Amino acid sequence: MSAAATLKTWAGAALAAPVIWLASIVNVPLKSWQRATGTGGMAAFFLAPNMAIFGIFVLVPLVINFFYSATSGTAYFLQDRNFVGLEQYQRLLDCSNYLDTATCREDLFWKAVHNTGLFVVVQVALMTVVSIATALILNREIVGRSFWRAVFFFPVLLSPVVTGLIWRWILQRQGLLNLIVHDLGGEPYNWLTDRFWAFTAAVSVSVWAHMGFYTLILLAGLQAIPRDLYEAAEMDGTRPARVFWRITLPLLMPNLLVVIVLALIRAVQIFDEVYVLTGGGPGTSTLYLTQYIYEIGFASLLRNPGLASAASILMGLVLVVLTLLQLQVGRRGERKGARQ
Amino acid sequence: MSGVTTFLTRRRGGRSWHWTDIVSWLWLIGGLVIMFGPAVWLVGSSFKTPAQLAEFPPTILPYVSQQASVEGYDTPLPLYSVKLPDGSTRIMAELRRIGIVAQMVDPKAPKDIVKVNIADRQPVREIGFATGNYTEPFVHFDFLHYLRNSVFVTAMATLITLLTNSMAAFALSKYKFRGRDLTMLVIVGTLMVPLSVILVPLYSVVSAVGLLDSLWGVILPTVATPTGVFLLRQYMLTIPDELLDAARMDNASEWQIYWRIVLPLAAPALAVLAIFSVVWRWNDFLWPLVVLSRKELYTLQVGLNTYAGQLNVQWHYILAMTVVTMIPVVLVFVFLQRYITSGIAGTGLK
Amino acid sequence: MGRITLTDIDRAYGKVKILHGINLDVGDGEMLVLVGPSGCGKSTLLRLIAGLDRPTSGRIEIDGADVTEVSAAQRGLAMVFQSYALYPHMSVRQNLAFGLENIRMPKAEVDARITEAARMLEIAPYLDRRPGQLSGGQKQRVAIGRAVVRNPTAFLLDEPLSNLDAELRISTRAELAALHKRLATTMVYVTHDQVEAMTLADRIVVMRAGKIEQVGRPLDLYNAPANLFVAGFIGAPRMNLLQVKVRSASATEVAVEGPSGLAAVIAANGAALKSGDDATLGIRPHDVDLSPGGAGSVEAHVTLIEALGPETVVHATMAGDEKMVAVLNRQGLDAGDRKISLRLNPERMHLFDSAGLRVPSL
Repeated sequence: MSAAATLKTWAGAALAAPVIWLASIVNVPLKSWQRATGTGGMAAFFLAPNMAIFGIFVLVPLVINFFYSATSGTAYFLQDRNFVGLEQYQRLLDCSNYLDTATCREDLFWKAVHNTGLFVVVQVALMTVVSIATALILNREIVGRSFWRAVFFFPVLLSPVVTGLIWRWILQRQGLLNLIVHDLGGEPYNWLTDRFWAFTAAVSVSVWAHMGFYTLILLAGLQAIPRDLYEAAEMDGTRPARVFWRITLPLLMPNLLVVIVLALIRAVQIFDEVYVLTGGGPGTSTLYLTQYIYEIGFASLLRNPGLASAASILMGLVLVVLTLLQLQVGRRGERKGARQ
Repeated sequence: MSGVTTFLTRRRGGRSWHWTDIVSWLWLIGGLVIMFGPAVWLVGSSFKTPAQLAEFPPTILPYVSQQASVEGYDTPLPLYSVKLPDGSTRIMAELRRIGIVAQMVDPKAPKDIVKVNIADRQPVREIGFATGNYTEPFVHFDFLHYLRNSVFVTAMATLITLLTNSMAAFALSKYKFRGRDLTMLVIVGTLMVPLSVILVPLYSVVSAVGLLDSLWGVILPTVATPTGVFLLRQYMLTIPDELLDAARMDNASEWQIYWRIVLPLAAPALAVLAIFSVVWRWNDFLWPLVVLSRKELYTLQVGLNTYAGQLNVQWHYILAMTVVTMIPVVLVFVFLQRYITSGIAGTGLK
Repeated sequence: MGRITLTDIDRAYGKVKILHGINLDVGDGEMLVLVGPSGCGKSTLLRLIAGLDRPTSGRIEIDGADVTEVSAAQRGLAMVFQSYALYPHMSVRQNLAFGLENIRMPKAEVDARITEAARMLEIAPYLDRRPGQLSGGQKQRVAIGRAVVRNPTAFLLDEPLSNLDAELRISTRAELAALHKRLATTMVYVTHDQVEAMTLADRIVVMRAGKIEQVGRPLDLYNAPANLFVAGFIGAPRMNLLQVKVRSASATEVAVEGPSGLAAVIAANGAALKSGDDATLGIRPHDVDLSPGGAGSVEAHVTLIEALGPETVVHATMAGDEKMVAVLNRQGLDAGDRKISLRLNPERMHLFDSAGLRVPSL
């Protein structure tokens, strides 16, 4: 064995030793616990830590969220809050014309709803098209496919804050985009202070950041389509466009549906990268639901946790519907993918 | 060289180029530029001085101004290429600037001060890296704290996630007990409960257990991920039960079975979960933003956002710290990307 | 010592009863083979003995001590699994050592035992390999080695040969028999293959649908199957079973008649039978021979002749569509010979009553 390999083995052993020692110490009381309770008791032991954390930090908040939404005040402890029944919901839904946010009592909430709705539609559509196109191209016999796949996947790993800052830097007045505009003979522009361009930026940046993920799922779906189907179509002299519409798309459908629903679920919750990129501005033009919940719940001077909670439950309802849709779609996909 | 060209332009079945091939390659090259370009631009910018960052049009590469020590002056002075009234061009050092007039001297003749209109002088620059952008925030700002907090949160959350999730997955895949299906149902049911839906009540729960403004308050709510339990359980179901029986015959306690048999065999799934957990926790933003209000407890993401949100944004520091924040994820990308992509393709996990 | 006693063992999963009132005594040093079709409960019974599963009711004793509620680890037994269940992440040596380390055996003794077992099973060359790098036969040996090093009071083997190819199965079977002879340790062996049972067992337990059908030495089972199921299960090719009617019966002999002019008088205690009863006549293919015809012979129509070399298997049909297989220990039967006369050796006939139970021979 070479010196380096020996060193590696020794370092590994030295690192592992305390962990192994700890595990063997744990084994002693656990053995008596096992003797006392049998394997059923051991199941409880193995489940306990996870379920305790899960219960405290997921289930309990999930349940008390409903109580929250039925109270008012600025205090966070439930016992310091006043029960007001459905008042918060009434307040949120108090609107004489849902299409005109100015007529709503909580106009900011409806602004966020409208913005989110538009964002979801445009972003999911763009995301789907871009992802399919990329997946189709990656599925061709190209040189260095895994490299290209990695290229499109790279932004997925970046943190939303980093993504937001990178693009804020590019879109700012002295940024790269203006350099290109300048070199093409145009006038530099403050992109993020324009309502239309801020929205466009929010959509494009979120597509940029996440398309790699959906491309991967679609690519996996494309690669699962048996090659001989294409060969059979070629033997029949089918035109490429027809092959796409009649073979590729129908067989890709389960994955495509999963992608669309997942993208919908994520788009409804959009927050981090847009918040860092535009801060919701200019004005309220890129204010989305999660940011609304965050600001009403914590950040704003007029904070109202009950209202935020009610809004989050309304958003949760939308997500539940989408999730059920996803489970349905996933189950269908699973059945189809059972051959793997 | 021609070999490389044929390799790169090689087509299936040796057929000639079709228009779709051209579109594909344009798409790929364009993708390469759009996906990596912004990050490269960020890294390049992060080495520029504040003065250079404020310039328009921006330069592609970072430059630093040349300076020279001039006899009679304590600090080095910036050098400029000056167009003198007589039409000649000389390299001179700037003493001070008053309005649109700069006082310049020739470093070789420090006594003769020449007054020049600032439009007639160009800084002398060379490619150089303003490394101070990187060192300063650690020394003068809280970035060292932020970095430490982020590392702590990521490491602890990942360790606890791996331990608790794998234990739960072990129980849910290898034991039969009453309530197992119900537990599984609850876990799957909450698979899609996003943080934003329980933000307010979670905050009150965390403050009720006294974890507000503590890194543990950031860590604990994230570790019981249903996704992790689900992923590990699916993997552990493929470990044959006979192995566990064999270990029981071999006098192994249930803990030893978990620790010595199941955990090592679930290593591939654990690795995938570990990588995901590291990326998730490193990138977490909204929850730390809500829980942490003391500045010295901020994680990198929250700290970055705070600095970027100030009125007077110090972009040279922000850019450098963004690069620092990006580094672990880039390392994961370079070395572990394969695991992640296979993990996503296999489970739809993100 | 390695005496295992099962008393009134029941095992039910919910409403489904897997085992019904099993009583069994495994003697020290005995090779006991549990055999039966799949789903008969033999593997469940083995897991109950191992302690990997608990009976719904009943008692399990090892050397007189009640171990019904004792965990698998404390019973001092070792098991060889059908899939071998070798730990894939450990080397062969670590696989063998794992159980010994768990009882905190000194390292020197662990090494000594592994060396001894490796020598005995000829697995020394692979000690540092992982199971994934071994062939099926090698894995099999390691699985046995892992049981051997434990020095158990009894070995439990769950279809240990079923994953080997035919040739290897025969040689490993012989090695197992030799191993049992050398170790002289109790072995409980589960298989669905009656040839394995016949060749290995000191005693065979034939099981069906959670019940024990018969327990006995291999030849006893072969020569005197207690019921139709055992008669059909033990012996290859299967025993011919013909529907017959009792013509007369007494405590010393029973006369029966069947299809194609079959008439036989069997020396058996037919006190419980009466004339006109339905019965089943069993005759093993090896006890059927060609005859020149005439009284005492049966007419049959040949459907297939399989010439195996040392013997010839004749498949024939009798009147009433009863099938008959005969194994003749010679060659040269004329394939064109469509009609034949067969003689059933009356001394080797088995008679079963209408309930399928053996009418005891005299």
